[in-house]
Amino acid sequence: MRILVCVKRVPITGGRMVLTADEQAIETKHLGFTISPHEECGVEEAVRIVEAGGGEVVVLTLGPEEAAEQIRDCMAIGADRGIHLVSSEEWDPQATAAAIADAIRAEDPFDLIVFGNESADAGGYQVGIRVAYALGLPVVTGLKGLTVDAGRARCEQEVPGGRDVYDVALPAVVSVKEGLNLPRYPSVPAKLRAKSKPLDARLVERPVSKLEKLRLVVPEGSHKQAEILGEGPAAAPRVVEVMQQLGVA
Amino acid sequence: MTDSSALPVSARAVVVGAGIVGSSLAYHLARLGWRDLVLVDKGPLPNPGGSTGHASNFIFPVDHSKEMTQLTADSVRQYKEWDVFTESGGIEVARNEERMQELQRRMSSAKAWGIEGCEIISPARVKELVPYIEESVIVGGFYTKGVGIVDSLRFGTIAREKAQELGALQVFANTEVLGIEVEGGRVTGIRTTKGDIATDTIVVCCGVWAPKIARMAGASIPLTPAVHQMIDVGPVPHFKDTQGVIEFPIVRDMDTNMYERQDGSGLEIGSYAHRAILHDPEDIPSNEEAALSPTELPFTQEDFEKQMEDALELIPDVLNDESVGIKYAINGLLSLTPDGLPLLGETPEVKGLWSAAAVWVKEGPGVGKAMAEWMTHGESEIDLQSSDIARFYECQKSRTHIRARAAEGFNKTYGIVHPSEQWESNRGVRLSPFYEREQALGAVFYEAAAWERPHWYQSNEKLLEEFGERINRREAEWESRWWSPIINAEHLAMRERAAMFDLTAFCIFDVLGPGALECVQTVSTRQMDVGHGKVVYTPVLSPSGTFKSDLTVMRLGDEHFRVVTGGAHGMADLKWYADHAPEGTTVVDLTSAYTTLGLWGPRSRDILASLTRDDVSHAGFPFGTCRPIELDSLRVLASRISYVGELGWELYVPIEQGAKLWDLVWEAGQAHGVVPAGIGVYGTTGRLEKCYRAFGFELDADFTVVEAGMAPPKVKGADFVGKEAHLRHRESDPVAILCTLTVDDHTSKSGQKRYMLGREPILARDGSRLVDAHGRGSYVTSAGAGPSIGKHILMAYLPPENANVGEELLVEYLGEQYPVTVQCNDATAVFDPENTRVRA
Repeated sequence: MRILVCVKRVPITGGRMVLTADEQAIETKHLGFTISPHEECGVEEAVRIVEAGGGEVVVLTLGPEEAAEQIRDCMAIGADRGIHLVSSEEWDPQATAAAIADAIRAEDPFDLIVFGNESADAGGYQVGIRVAYALGLPVVTGLKGLTVDAGRARCEQEVPGGRDVYDVALPAVVSVKEGLNLPRYPSVPAKLRAKSKPLDARLVERPVSKLEKLRLVVPEGSHKQAEILGEGPAAAPRVVEVMQQLGVA
Repeated sequence: MTDSSALPVSARAVVVGAGIVGSSLAYHLARLGWRDLVLVDKGPLPNPGGSTGHASNFIFPVDHSKEMTQLTADSVRQYKEWDVFTESGGIEVARNEERMQELQRRMSSAKAWGIEGCEIISPARVKELVPYIEESVIVGGFYTKGVGIVDSLRFGTIAREKAQELGALQVFANTEVLGIEVEGGRVTGIRTTKGDIATDTIVVCCGVWAPKIARMAGASIPLTPAVHQMIDVGPVPHFKDTQGVIEFPIVRDMDTNMYERQDGSGLEIGSYAHRAILHDPEDIPSNEEAALSPTELPFTQEDFEKQMEDALELIPDVLNDESVGIKYAINGLLSLTPDGLPLLGETPEVKGLWSAAAVWVKEGPGVGKAMAEWMTHGESEIDLQSSDIARFYECQKSRTHIRARAAEGFNKTYGIVHPSEQWESNRGVRLSPFYEREQALGAVFYEAAAWERPHWYQSNEKLLEEFGERINRREAEWESRWWSPIINAEHLAMRERAAMFDLTAFCIFDVLGPGALECVQTVSTRQMDVGHGKVVYTPVLSPSGTFKSDLTVMRLGDEHFRVVTGGAHGMADLKWYADHAPEGTTVVDLTSAYTTLGLWGPRSRDILASLTRDDVSHAGFPFGTCRPIELDSLRVLASRISYVGELGWELYVPIEQGAKLWDLVWEAGQAHGVVPAGIGVYGTTGRLEKCYRAFGFELDADFTVVEAGMAPPKVKGADFVGKEAHLRHRESDPVAILCTLTVDDHTSKSGQKRYMLGREPILARDGSRLVDAHGRGSYVTSAGAGPSIGKHILMAYLPPENANVGEELLVEYLGEQYPVTVQCNDATAVFDPENTRVRA
């Protein structure tokens, strides 16, 4: 199996989101970078499939030079090589999908192309589907279960009350969701190995964007507040009380 | 527990920061009777998001610094008392022989400071204790049984609760300081996001944010936030059966600047090996903006790559296991200072604004206690003089200086640091007027209070030939480092002829005004109500009668005294005098106004006489006096005293006339064989032969004037700080006596001659520690050559039963023991005991 996983470098947001003064981007001065939890599951799933049945996992990203860090992170959990489409500009989903489709065409064919269901920052929900369309491949989105066997993929979507199951012939495109698996933590030797795995970086030119970003707005929070009910055994009565209020005890 | 009530309008004191230091301090203040205390933190509780919250929380009790060892020991005691300490044992491992020597030095420090349960162990023994270590990469280890981990956040919570139970403290989380009110140089209040509080005492205990808070009051807390990288890997199969958080000893991989510490099923790996990554307090994210906490910044992988390889080499059993993953990785912020020591005490800029910053978890509770004592009684049980925030000169508070030294010091966290090691960064800041002359003479400059000061002169190399066999050479690299035999040659030239010393680094300040006499009388032990032109050497005592400083005071007029003290401690001395100056009396810093040239040796009078028409004869210019004389075109304040035991003078001129003074003395001195001599002679060989004590070495807050053998025959009538205690000390026999010893045989087991450098333990001939009735172990306070007596000289406080002239003892140096003999058990000198030379 040859599996491609597409990932995106995004800031790690844990605290209050702060925008740059021009409201065009998230202020990342204090932030680290990562890929989305969906994509982490995608990489893990691909690595598991190849570990079980052989093949190759390739990770692709379109992003600034620093995005090589995210490719190395994916390599540390088992990806074999990377393709880095280097551009420091911001790309819309259409242009992103077109560039990825071009990159895929230049490679030997992949059996499976994996995306996260949506990116952690822009949340466009589009790139995977657009790539599938451009390549004329079937696509199943929002997977919480994936089994690959004998040239076919069994794809499970979570729906209220159960799961929808799709059975598609490979090659195919899938987009996956967090919860598909429990991604491993990279080991130290894997981190060190990742440093020397092949990474093909090439500059790509952004086409004229058909979308125009006006500005970003941080939505108002849900005003959730945590309340510490107490410490140690002394907290037990309050915990019981709350559980009773919630109808779980 | 956070108080939900409104902020009070006034408080006896406000503590800023609820980490280990602030919480501990609030408790100890409450314990000592303080009430109406308020503790604020901008973060939530119990983890407000400062360095305490992500600390690795382990404690190694042995340090080369006595002060830090004492603070750590007291902290361990407190952690144990509240049941938040888990003993694990710890091993500092060596990957090479140089480190093994350093571990032997650690062993000596353990013995000197009385830390028990320490031993040097073999790689096989390390492996036995830590089965997952690769013993082939190490050559040995230093095991300390008392190493352990603490729950510092829990300690803080208990401390706050106890203070609250006493009805002494209100705690306000999520309360940020907006400003500090200062009137007439004194704190009057604090403004916060929850309201204002009137108070005359604020203690800044907020670590990496401390500089920002101090600046609000116009004060400086010279530290920089810096990154310490840490990762947590797991689950480790070796730890499968571990009950609790830790079973295996913590390993410090000293040569790679890293540590490995078990944390339940995981292993925490920390590093001080990466490049220095410094931040500014203003750039730390707020609690709301931070992804983890404000002081847990995103991990920068590239800085840790070498460290992963090093760790893999030492503990492959754990790290080569592909199932052991990196679960957590941060760039944790901690505080670094220009000299690596904490910043404690009242800021010299603003009365009532105290600092307890740059403190690590291992000394947090001890610092809290000591600071509370200091704020209550004016001093603490543990001597905090090296950490006194008043120690800095203005130029040492600059951002550039702080960052340069923090960056240089960071990788020395586990380094092998020679006791005389010099800083390399940001040098050449304070240059004496003699600097160019000294450079031309090949001076080797050491730094003192940011001044460049000659330690010896390469141009004196020719003296080695002149003194031949009398010059002692050192065979071993360690004690030859930062040393030259030329020092001993300069010493002999001074004893035979004369030598010039650059003493510009002296801190000089005048006490002026109607209360000047009262001020100097109050601070000084000796009689200050003396005639004009008298120079008095005096101990300066703490309220409990131990050493706060020692210095000389010249009386220049009815209401005019000039204090001259060592550069290193000068600023703290200045603050102490200013704190005791009555209304209308001023203390003026003249350090940068005057330079001092020392001229000593049997020919110094001839040299001076050739330059002046003034009477410099013994009768005309007696010892212990000062007055202006004319040297050629210069008017010089000459002061006849000596720290090297020779006839001679300190010559003071305005700094711009310094070069002229140097030239005059230099030229006149040529006929008399004058040499330039460095601080190697002034600070070590010259003074040690005379058994002159030095502050910070023999003299500190652990010992009394009586124990130091410096009690005057009669105590002056006037009151002075520490008088009551001093009178009490005189009534009973001292439990320790400062003695001078010489080394009988320097030969090590390998046949090499070895020379102690100071801080080594003194042992009985059977190898047992000498401990006095107050529990203080005997250690070498100063060590150095005595070229005129042909012996290596040591000073040490000994229990009275051992303080006998001729008593044979041992000194332990780098794991071996050498015979020593007590030469003097009082202030009598080993060279010229009758003091005929200074009084010539």
